[in-house]
Amino acid sequence: MSGAARLPAETLWRRRLPASLTALALAVAALLLLLNLGALGAVLWRAEPGSAGFRSADWAALRFTLTQAALSALISVALAVPVARALARRRFPGRGVLIVLMGAPFILPSLVAVAGILAIFGRNGLANQALAWLGHGGFSIYGLQGVLVAHVFFNLPLATRLILQGWARVPAEHLRLAAALGFDGRAQWRHIEGPMLRQVVPGALAVVFLICLSSFAVALVLGGGPRATTLELAIFQAFRFDFDLGRAALLALVQAVLGLLALLALARFSLPMMALGGLDRPVPPPPGGLGRAVDALAITLAAAFLLLPLVMVVLRGLPHLMGLPAPVWASVGQSLKVAGLSVLLLAAMSAGLGLAALWARRAAPWAEGLGMSALLASPMVIGTGLFIMAFPLINPAQLALPVTALVNAAMALPFALRAMLPALRQAEADFARLSASLGLGMGAHLRLVLWPRLRRPAGFALGLGAALSMGDLGVIMLFAQTGGETLPMQLHRLMGAYRTQDAAGAALLLLMLSLGAFVLLERLIGGKEPRHAGT
Amino acid sequence: MLELDGLRIEQGGFRLRADLVVESGARVAVLGPSGGGKSTLLGALAGFVALSAGQIRWQGVRIDTLPPAARPLSILFQDNNLLPHLSAFDNVALGLSPALRLDRAQRASVQAALERVGLGAQAAQRPAQLSGGQMSRAALARVLLRARPLLLLDEPFAALGPALKADMLDLVGELAAEQGVTVLMVSHDPADARRLCPLTLLVAEGQAHQPAPTEELLAAPPAALAAYLGTPRPTTPQPRS
Repeated sequence: MSGAARLPAETLWRRRLPASLTALALAVAALLLLLNLGALGAVLWRAEPGSAGFRSADWAALRFTLTQAALSALISVALAVPVARALARRRFPGRGVLIVLMGAPFILPSLVAVAGILAIFGRNGLANQALAWLGHGGFSIYGLQGVLVAHVFFNLPLATRLILQGWARVPAEHLRLAAALGFDGRAQWRHIEGPMLRQVVPGALAVVFLICLSSFAVALVLGGGPRATTLELAIFQAFRFDFDLGRAALLALVQAVLGLLALLALARFSLPMMALGGLDRPVPPPPGGLGRAVDALAITLAAAFLLLPLVMVVLRGLPHLMGLPAPVWASVGQSLKVAGLSVLLLAAMSAGLGLAALWARRAAPWAEGLGMSALLASPMVIGTGLFIMAFPLINPAQLALPVTALVNAAMALPFALRAMLPALRQAEADFARLSASLGLGMGAHLRLVLWPRLRRPAGFALGLGAALSMGDLGVIMLFAQTGGETLPMQLHRLMGAYRTQDAAGAALLLLMLSLGAFVLLERLIGGKEPRHAGT
Repeated sequence: MLELDGLRIEQGGFRLRADLVVESGARVAVLGPSGGGKSTLLGALAGFVALSAGQIRWQGVRIDTLPPAARPLSILFQDNNLLPHLSAFDNVALGLSPALRLDRAQRASVQAALERVGLGAQAAQRPAQLSGGQMSRAALARVLLRARPLLLLDEPFAALGPALKADMLDLVGELAAEQGVTVLMVSHDPADARRLCPLTLLVAEGQAHQPAPTEELLAAPPAALAAYLGTPRPTTPQPRS
């Protein structure tokens, strides 16, 4: 080497993370580490296996947690396969709407779904009324069966979307080849659908299993009792009813270890991305006859199973919406505060870690990894840990809002980054050189190059975060006291007190607020431009 | 005068050497087989590809340590020369003010540049509303506005049809003549070289050669160029593989 010190071209033109953003990314990273490791540390410190012991009820909770998660995953995915196949190979009016609707349970508050399911399968629900009319005895939804129905309600659409992507990824040539070679149903299954499903199904099972492992709100309403309590619920009960911090911490430790083991065991299944492409290409004519009837049945049943509960929430809630008591309206204010704060935190977190993943050289993979696995510990584990840390210092009730907002933001962070990072990477791949050759500064680059490409996924992600936070019933149950309830908490209270009319009205109100928050933010931030504006 | 002095580029198994001089105001086609390093050479000049050794000098001043925007050159890429969410006007204005803060005089010169390339009426339109030829014109208007003494063309017209491409090459020729710009143009097509560039620089077999008159080079191509062009060498015919 001769002459002046030679700089690698990378440093001549690749952008570096500016100091302000580095500080933001470090702050976010520290916060997430504190949430995870701090909470785990506090839980470890307070867990007293000697004095508290692991009672038989706790073993039952561990068993139930695993059983219901495994069954939920199996049932959801098994039902999703015929639904996804029908959606992939049939074209019918309303198909697009149905596919979009498959994404809706994601932003649906769990208690709203539970209220809808109770309206169908509950003691006074449509199903039991029909049975009584036919002269049969009724059945009870409470217990394992109720938890499974609710989990399938939430995860059948998710599994369907994941498996649908498998079908979308089958090259069109393979389908044409199959048609050209005259494959019958069996040959089609053996050579095309079977191999594809073997790739997609394990991932879908893993996702649903992981989600159901930390089920709280569903188990809180539909489960309970010694035979249908999840670990998350058991933590809450040890905490709230017995105020036995040691036992709550012990349970939290078990839940944390369980979650970590499951994550490690399932990590090797590649999780499919959430994007939906290639769904609208022309397909070879699908089989008629029996195949047609099976597809029609799958689509009709799935649509009815997903839509009826929501229709019931609307129908039952509408008459009671205006007459809701004052505490419910007060809780709306609390919920708006939590959701607002949570969206701000989510925006800061995804900006910090997203741009760090883009520009922070060697730290980039760490930023991405941290953001994608934002919450290793479950909400109740984190709540317990934070409570233990905060209890000696301040009144935990004061922490209810900020902690809930923070945990909600962290829960939404992986989805936000999954939506935003590809857009950021594409914008850089396309325009980083142009931007460097014209000498755009950091501000101009963010404003003129990145933001226009980012606002759509950002609007979607922040809308998702707002809806998730608005409907979340989780960690706030540990902290909030009378007067500080959010709307989901009030709804839970009304349901528990059998105030069915007020509960129906509150469920509809919560549904409207969650959907409204999502739509508002997606429009406000994402802009109204058609999806394919620009090149 | 552009000097490439002992230039070495090494990327994995790829190597490229260049020791050559381009006179100011020259128009040089960069020709050679795919993967030979034509785009890499332009990338090195523009500041996107690292040098392993050597220097790049413009009018005797070393430029290979400067960031891309500070080098005395404009570059047009194969695509993505325009930001899709900005109007043609703003895309051109980026050449004057990267933060898009323009005073009245600057706005007038942006409009004048657009009119010079025949896009005066399309100023408010976005790239998606422009045709391929109009997008190329907008990118050229920005080059005109930046008025850098060197212009690097990395096949920006590759996607255009033959007639449109010829129009663009003629427009480049006019603009270059007006401002006395030195042009380096990567191309796959000897016809492009003949149309715009009296000189041709061959990049092949790990070496960028000193520019030579285009007609002579194409009439009697060296082995590497002959193999690429598919014309047998007149003197010693090569077996085609």
